[in-house]
Amino acid sequence: MAAPMLRWGCRGRRWAFARVDGGSCHRRGAPTGSTSNQIRGESSVAQQPLHTAQKTRKGEHKWAAVVGLEIHAQISSNSKLFSGSQVRFSAPPNSLVSFFDASLPGTLPVLNRRCVEAAVMTGLALNCHINKKSLFDRKHYFYADLPAGYQITQQRLPIAVNGSLIYGVCAGKKQSQVIPKTVRIKQIQLEQDSGKSLHDNLRSQTLIDLNRAGVGLLEVVLEPDMSCGEEAATAVRELQLILQALGTSQANMAEGQLRVDANISVHHPGEPLGVRTEVKNLNSIRFLAKAIDYEIQRQINELENGGEILNETRSFHHKLGCTMSMRDKEGKQDYRFMPEPNLPPLVLYDATSLPAGADPQQVINIDQIRETLPELPSVTREKLVQQYGMLLEHSFTLLNEVGLLEFFQNVIKETRAEPKKVTSWVLNTFLGYLKQQNLAVSESPVTPSALAELLDLLDSRTISSSAAKQVMDVKNRNPRAINKLIGLVRKATQSRADPVMIKEILEKKLSL
Amino acid sequence: MLGRSLREPDFETKSWLRRRMSCPPPVLKLISASPFIHYTKCRGQSLGDLDGIPIAVKDNFSTSGIETTCASNMLKGYIPPYNATVVQKLLDQGALLMGKTNLDEFAMGSGSTDGVFGPVKNPWSYSKQYREKRKQNPHSENEDSDWLITGGSSGGSAAAVSAFTCYAALGSDTGGSTRNPAAHCGLVGFKPSYGLVSRHGLIPLVNSMDVPGILTRCVDDAAIVLGALAGPDPRDSTTVHEPINKPFMLPSLADVSKLCIGIPKEYLVPELSSEVQSLWSKAADLFESEGAKVIEVSLPHTSYSIVCYHVLCTSEVASNMARFDGLQYGHRCDIDVSTEAMYAATRREGFNDVVRGRILSGNFFLLKENYENYFVKAQKVRRLIANDFVNAFNSGVDVLLTPTTLSEAVPYLEFIKEDNRTRSAQDDIFTQAVNMAGLPAVSIPVALSNQGLPIGLQFIGRAFCDQQLLTVAKWFEKQVQFPVIQLQELMDDCSAVLENEKLASVSLKQ
Repeated sequence: MAAPMLRWGCRGRRWAFARVDGGSCHRRGAPTGSTSNQIRGESSVAQQPLHTAQKTRKGEHKWAAVVGLEIHAQISSNSKLFSGSQVRFSAPPNSLVSFFDASLPGTLPVLNRRCVEAAVMTGLALNCHINKKSLFDRKHYFYADLPAGYQITQQRLPIAVNGSLIYGVCAGKKQSQVIPKTVRIKQIQLEQDSGKSLHDNLRSQTLIDLNRAGVGLLEVVLEPDMSCGEEAATAVRELQLILQALGTSQANMAEGQLRVDANISVHHPGEPLGVRTEVKNLNSIRFLAKAIDYEIQRQINELENGGEILNETRSFHHKLGCTMSMRDKEGKQDYRFMPEPNLPPLVLYDATSLPAGADPQQVINIDQIRETLPELPSVTREKLVQQYGMLLEHSFTLLNEVGLLEFFQNVIKETRAEPKKVTSWVLNTFLGYLKQQNLAVSESPVTPSALAELLDLLDSRTISSSAAKQVMDVKNRNPRAINKLIGLVRKATQSRADPVMIKEILEKKLSL
Repeated sequence: MLGRSLREPDFETKSWLRRRMSCPPPVLKLISASPFIHYTKCRGQSLGDLDGIPIAVKDNFSTSGIETTCASNMLKGYIPPYNATVVQKLLDQGALLMGKTNLDEFAMGSGSTDGVFGPVKNPWSYSKQYREKRKQNPHSENEDSDWLITGGSSGGSAAAVSAFTCYAALGSDTGGSTRNPAAHCGLVGFKPSYGLVSRHGLIPLVNSMDVPGILTRCVDDAAIVLGALAGPDPRDSTTVHEPINKPFMLPSLADVSKLCIGIPKEYLVPELSSEVQSLWSKAADLFESEGAKVIEVSLPHTSYSIVCYHVLCTSEVASNMARFDGLQYGHRCDIDVSTEAMYAATRREGFNDVVRGRILSGNFFLLKENYENYFVKAQKVRRLIANDFVNAFNSGVDVLLTPTTLSEAVPYLEFIKEDNRTRSAQDDIFTQAVNMAGLPAVSIPVALSNQGLPIGLQFIGRAFCDQQLLTVAKWFEKQVQFPVIQLQELMDDCSAVLENEKLASVSLKQ
């Protein structure tokens, strides 16, 4: 009944419980935990093409890993995809639920224009072909957070297809080279998000919050052109930046606005692709990379020990650092896809096909959207390179760190120092310190103005480079630096001043 | 002329209405609030075309604050928080909601016999016309044991209008559910073009075929109600955007010489009763004798329509019923061991056999390995069926004339000898292809059978030519002069109200 699975063809031993880093993690059975989507079955990703990414590993044979991604991005809109209830994060449970969201009988879906525009914008930014006609379907399964018993999605004919995402992987000796890589975008489709279910094992009950039910999602399907955790993570980061630049999604993984599922398999180069597993709901870039690399290694170990890979769904447990099988029943889900009868085909226009006298409220013009697209990260980076003469990899760093680009631009505005100097100070000294103290740019004690002032002093040779660094240290509240200053003051007062008082006065003066 | 507003009804009319309100439960579930409260709020100002007009609504339309059950255990006690668009439009025009009417569970059936509140009895079972004919045949003395079905699934609405408890009633029509009971109850049963009237709030059976239907005693009444209901609804994306010319006025056709009537030859089936066939012939002759062109046309894919309908209907049912799990609203079982167990028990308890049977069939057709062979194939056949009609109309035909049902209403005891699926397959034969094609159609009562029971004929029009269709129907209605039902009690009380026995109905028009 189910589609035939690709089997590796290993006879003999079945599950070999191999030891891996972090303790033995192979365990069947239903996982504990609170995330939803536990019983979701197979995904709808197409068969993987023959792909021979090289990845040299120690051991007798070379293994190649193949990674594809399904990314769900919550659309940044005022109301949901098919109903007028609001979209908001962290509202009281079940306070943002319309009759349609609650699946009251007789209610019908009405398509949200803003969500369609978001999909078109994202499709254009990812070099996709926008389908002038796309269709909606129902995907059926029973789960408490899916009130209607089906999700409205686009399975037959999605809104955008055949695009590409270019991302830059850091390589070379000091990770200072940026190698551009491309991953093909299979499609982008509009679909509904589900509600949230919280399992209360203590009272043996499940609590359902439908606030999220019906929120618009963009599902972006990345072909299996990636070969390791780092590539996948970088690609996702770039997609995040693009979505944020477009304003189509805030793409904050921690808040669940961006969710990634990875499809992973391994094979020997030149041989057919292996059986793939799906790793679900990875909610940070870091865990994404870790989980993928773990899974690749797990599969390699499994196969090298004569075992076989099951076509299954696994979840990543970050505390243990491993993936675990989520399956709690045999067989695959048949989603019984059916066209959504309450939504006519979605028809989009361009400048040539736009009907004369059409109500602008009722039509979407792809060309118009293309003309008004905001600046994409790749363009921003190019401009930085052109304008400030920095290296490409510097521009990547500037964009990858949240808030860093704005910081940089503010410093540039206020200082007369050379851009190259600014770049160096921001990326090395400033960023270096932040990383050391595990701070975000927004948490930095040093303001752009302060840094600008410091650089001006440096520029006019009022202070030396090492002095400037010391000032930075002080400003960053490096205790050693402050103590050094206190020491200097004490010396100047011939050890008469009270160190505590000195510290107080210094801190006040330095406005720390 | 239109919508004479009943401000303060006189004593006679009031008591007449009160008596009519004591209708047995299987027909009408009465709204507890007295409709006369409404009058005191009126303050003499007409609210609209239907001001003060009593109407009934089939119990698969959402009514705010009023229980809506779809005649199913699954929704017993369910009180919707909103009005269906069509209900709201009627109320906005000043109509009085008399009650929610009985139906087959979730509108699945052609007899109105399979709902949890029991079967609906056809008022014609108690008519003078039928009773007198039956006295001629030596039958059992128990007069009530062989009462007749109304047809379905909008049987309650049909009985309500037929028994004079209201002027008009809303039904729904997916395969003939408004036209079928109209024919059996001697009423005008109108199915509008798909997309003309909003389905928001109509609890769906088959989303791609459902329409709200209108049951009245004469064509003009149906036109007035249609005028109140038709038009785009932003809440229903399948309604068409063109604004409707209001008011919906029907001209009186002076002559039919410019008309072309089509008679589909595939509709002459062996199961057709000789009486209905004879009336169908007479009707064709009538048009011809009055100058119309009457031609035979072919709808070659007619014989596939029932099977095609079965696949598409059950598939959509399986999907539409997936929301009934007891979690948000409606019936919930007592089992709370697990979500799955709760779902299963709730759905087993909540749905009757007919509904469960259709869900199982539908799920089968939607399985990945079956989808192409069944669902997609059926969609293709549906397109062929729809094209048949297009071709017929393109050949110059204005309106098609067909029977509505195979025969007159049958006794309940005979009807239940076959199961729901068999009956539906038999009874929908003339009506169901129209839903596949989304066309407007209307059943007009023509004459009484030898047993004194109503027989109706169906007119089918081009898409969105509802007004033209009703105009032709109105002309025909005037020619045939179908008799008023003679309900013993009614005649005794209301001879003062009814001016003329030969009146087609108590019309909204004065």
